[in-house]
Amino acid sequence: MTDSLAIKTESLGRIYKIRGGKKTKETPKELIALADVNLKVECGELFGLLGPNGAGKTTLIKILVTLLAPTSGLAQVGGHDVIKSPHLIRPLINMVSGGESSGYGLLTVRENLWLFAQFYGLDNKTSQERITELLGVVGMLDRANTKSSDLSTGLRQKMNIVRGFVTDPEILFLDEPTLGLDVGAAREVRRFVRRWVAERERPRSGKTVLLTTHYMVEADELCDRVAIIDKGRVLACDTPANLKRRLQREAIFHMQVSPMNNGALSGFGTLPGVRKFTHEAHDGSSTLELILEADDVLSSVVAKLTQHNARILNLQKREPTLEDVFVDLVGRGLSEEGGGE
Amino acid sequence: MKRSELSFPLVPRFLRFPALSRSFTIASWLGWQIESNWADPFLFAVYSVAKPIASAMILVVMYNAITHGNTSSPIFPYIYLGNAFYIYVATVMTGVSWAVIDDREHYRTLKYIYIAPLRVPFYLLGRGVARFIIGSISVFITVAFGVLFLKVPLHLSDINWLMFFAALFLGVFALAMMGLVLAGVTLLIANHVWFVGEAVAGALYLFSGAIFPLDILPQFLRPIGFLMPLTYWLELIRRSLLGHTAAAFPTLAAFSNAQLFGILVGLATFFTLLAFVVFRYCDFLARERGMIDMTTNY
Repeated sequence: MTDSLAIKTESLGRIYKIRGGKKTKETPKELIALADVNLKVECGELFGLLGPNGAGKTTLIKILVTLLAPTSGLAQVGGHDVIKSPHLIRPLINMVSGGESSGYGLLTVRENLWLFAQFYGLDNKTSQERITELLGVVGMLDRANTKSSDLSTGLRQKMNIVRGFVTDPEILFLDEPTLGLDVGAAREVRRFVRRWVAERERPRSGKTVLLTTHYMVEADELCDRVAIIDKGRVLACDTPANLKRRLQREAIFHMQVSPMNNGALSGFGTLPGVRKFTHEAHDGSSTLELILEADDVLSSVVAKLTQHNARILNLQKREPTLEDVFVDLVGRGLSEEGGGE
Repeated sequence: MKRSELSFPLVPRFLRFPALSRSFTIASWLGWQIESNWADPFLFAVYSVAKPIASAMILVVMYNAITHGNTSSPIFPYIYLGNAFYIYVATVMTGVSWAVIDDREHYRTLKYIYIAPLRVPFYLLGRGVARFIIGSISVFITVAFGVLFLKVPLHLSDINWLMFFAALFLGVFALAMMGLVLAGVTLLIANHVWFVGEAVAGALYLFSGAIFPLDILPQFLRPIGFLMPLTYWLELIRRSLLGHTAAAFPTLAAFSNAQLFGILVGLATFFTLLAFVVFRYCDFLARERGMIDMTTNY
């Protein structure tokens, strides 16, 4: 790589043209997937892109791995331009996309992995050694000779994760690697990534990971720095600790109350001192997340609840999370929860 | 990690660039694993043996109905061999372009292949090798069936083997390049791509002189046939197998073998250039439109 930056984007933009049905004569609509994205990822960094579905994370990864051309701006990977020199980028990178079951079903797990190792020019001995080692790490050594079509979704995804690591790339793109995995499998994958990162740091080899996720825990646990992205725009970029420090002065409360209708809840966001307010309805209760300017603002929230005859079932003051940072920046929560956690 | 050029002693010198040889040879291996996955030998027998023979028999029955069973006419082996070798058109052309559909829609691996340090056109050509081998089996069986049961006058000692293999190589090469053009077009088509290869192969059947001379076509359609390498390739294959009997159809009778080879080499070169230009352009457009990893579930 020609400089210390593994990834660099300047004013990067991507617009998709959405056409209507064949019989409609409407002009194509434009969907802005990325707008004015400026990022710098250092070599050796584990960098996270956190955002909800449709935020533009995958579009950004597709551009960086040379699958998709940007509409405007500049994108460089390993010091090479994604448009002018994709052939110089490809030997440096690999990618894992979560939530899909790609692979040649009629080949065994080992054959699938060997095939991709060959695509990257690894010699046979090194390929086999790496495959054995990595299958051992993800606990799939006993499935090495199983046809990949006979694997469960989770195991197939693990195979794909190994495929991304087997070539020992300089820059690895992990696009929602735990999407669709159950709790245990997602935890194992995170453990695996952490282990790889730890090994990477031992003799600091400069290997870089760009991880996209909409699971805040994943970003918080794994990433050196996180960019929060929504509607194609990067809203903030810093270490998870620094991002959370933004909210240190505010008071964050998690409250469970007896069921309330949306009309009654809508007034809470406009109360003086309430910076952000989100709510979620459950069977038999409503959950409120509040970011308040100070602790004493809580009394006006409680008064308002009393006014609506709502009972407080549970009240908890807690430390800020990346989710709170996201809510603070965007005004709404990450739309999906869980992520195997 | 150690990265080294793979050692493939049988790979020609011009392919001994790491990315090119990797792309071609590993794809050939993969293609063979996919195509030879004859979990059901019955299906393989139907597609590789029964189907070509049945197609040939339809032609034979039609020929007999028209000529009242005159299989001793030189026209009969001319038609029979033209039809038999035409099997290569669908198998090779479709073999190359099909890999795009197979990897993108079925295995969902095309994006990973694209981001690997490969030369995608050579990868696709490699994927076509297995179809070529299976096509060769079908051609051999069809020709053998004709010789054994339909009195196609083929004598091993009379065959000009050098000319046969030279023509076969050039023809298959040109077909592979046409397949690459189709592969490029396939990258840009969302639906109906399943039929592109078969449709083009079917359409070219009319313009290649496989079963009737180009003279029969309307005047304005003949240039299509004369621009297709298949026309000269089939003529050379027939001449190498049948010798002077191949002059039954007059269309290319005025051309010597050397002239036909010259034209075939010229057209193969033209289609090679065309294939790489078209594929590169389609590849550019596909990346512009985000179609490399598009799946339609169609």
